Amino acid sequence: MTQPLLKVDDLSKSFGGLAVISEVSFEVPAGGRLALIGPNGAGKTTMFNLLTGVYRQDVGTVTLDGEVIDAYPSRARIGLGMARSFQNIRLMPHLSVVENVMLGQQSRARGWRDFVAPVSAFGRSAAYREAEDLLASMNIETRPGDVVATLPYGIRKKIEVVRALAAKPKLLLLDEPAAGLNAVETASLRDFLLQISETGVTLLVVEHDMSLVRSLCTSTVVLNFGRKIYDGPVSKVHEDPQVLEAYLGPRHAGEKEAAHV
Amino acid sequence: MSGYWIGLITILSINVIFAYGIFLAVATGQLNLGGAGFQALGAYAAAYLAMEMDQPLFVTIASGMIVAGVIGFAISFPILRLKGVYLVLGTFAFAEVVAGLILNSDALGGATGLPVPTFIDWDVPAIAAVIVAVGVFWLMSTRFGLVVRSVHDDEVVADLMGVNVRMVRVCAFALGAALAGLSGALYAHAYSFVEIQVFNASLSIYVLLYVLLGGAQTAWGPLFGAAFFTLLPEALRDTLPALKEAVFGALGIEGAATPPDESWRFVILGVATVLMMIFRPEGLITRTMVERLRPLNRAPRAARAEAAE
Repeated sequence: MTQPLLKVDDLSKSFGGLAVISEVSFEVPAGGRLALIGPNGAGKTTMFNLLTGVYRQDVGTVTLDGEVIDAYPSRARIGLGMARSFQNIRLMPHLSVVENVMLGQQSRARGWRDFVAPVSAFGRSAAYREAEDLLASMNIETRPGDVVATLPYGIRKKIEVVRALAAKPKLLLLDEPAAGLNAVETASLRDFLLQISETGVTLLVVEHDMSLVRSLCTSTVVLNFGRKIYDGPVSKVHEDPQVLEAYLGPRHAGEKEAAHV
Repeated sequence: MSGYWIGLITILSINVIFAYGIFLAVATGQLNLGGAGFQALGAYAAAYLAMEMDQPLFVTIASGMIVAGVIGFAISFPILRLKGVYLVLGTFAFAEVVAGLILNSDALGGATGLPVPTFIDWDVPAIAAVIVAVGVFWLMSTRFGLVVRSVHDDEVVADLMGVNVRMVRVCAFALGAALAGLSGALYAHAYSFVEIQVFNASLSIYVLLYVLLGGAQTAWGPLFGAAFFTLLPEALRDTLPALKEAVFGALGIEGAATPPDESWRFVILGVATVLMMIFRPEGLITRTMVERLRPLNRAPRAARAEAAE
């Protein structure tokens, strides 16, 4: 058994007296596609914020590729191989598409030379070409000068993922990538994410769209009120009584179980 | 060239450099309303070294820049902990403190000011303005510039992308302070005299207006903003009497066309400012506008590759 790429151990976080994440442990195998699901307010985005260092956990450890990353500040974590997208698109609105992707390369910039080398003048820098090539390889056909604010929602969602990819991460955290997309766009996004997965990038996806979860991910962790209530293959998740109760309430969950029997 | 044009080019050059100084802070999302303070530091450093120590021109001007830059760097650590309107007030207070200290300093001439022995003509500020403008354009096209603009747009995401947000802000603020100091040193030598009353709150407000109304998204903004607000009052100086005569002529009033009051120029300037805030809140020059004027960038990549062959 190879060691997992991401290992979350006994993680807890509370805001004031409210426990948002309680003693959650799970593992993401290298190259895997794991979905983190749960009802609204279950703590999924908080989990992402803990993993990326936006918040600090009260208890517990996070291990990425064998290294405990708790001591790293949020800006250093992307350099360790963990990049993310956001629930609401958070591209830089005043930057062009290529510039946004070049920002994703930031964690790989080293020394002052990288900082004073022109990146966007005349579109001929190595960083610029790399960003353009990455966009092209992900089949995103945009005009390099397009300012992000003027682009359609579905394209912006993909560009946000490409920006995270520009950091060359081992683990990609995607926070509700399909939110706000229609069925066609969602299908296109799934193919896009599978294409990324094939390049060896591990995916950890927070998602509400169960059809996307089923067709994209192999295993899933379910959170409810900050606790882990399920950890296993996606195919079995709808049979788990605790998960049904969390989503449907105790009465309906009972009916559903009765119907299954 | 006539004295009028020499004076105009000098002040325009100084204002452009000054505006770029404030622009660097504003481009990271930090409103700096302490411009006059940094300019005064540069001006007084240059004036003192020239008057009391007989230093040559390049030493005094470089010192003006360094003094303002170093002080800007030092105060940026506490002052950039402030956000939004508190940062505006903090920088404003800094400028007031500088003015107060200089006003009460006998070594710096107090309220009477300091004469500056070495005089520079319009060419030095003009060359300096060109160098600064080219330098800022270059800086904004580098990764540093990219990071500056991303910190302005979303600091949380910039941080998660690996940007050291605080370092970027401190660098931009200190570099901007140095440029404001440079404009002050040039001012001291071009006008041969410095007095602290010149570096007042309305100067800080004006230079911030140059940047905000010119547009803080690209390096074109402060250039246009400074040029527009420096030249508009001058243009009105000539056109306003003609305008009044035309209005009076149209109304059939004979011979009553005395030149209008000076203050009317500032009324029109104020109206122009308000109109720009309403119709171009992101400034005269925006990013989208610059992109639209670059046809090469509008074509998809494949089409550009074909065009290149």
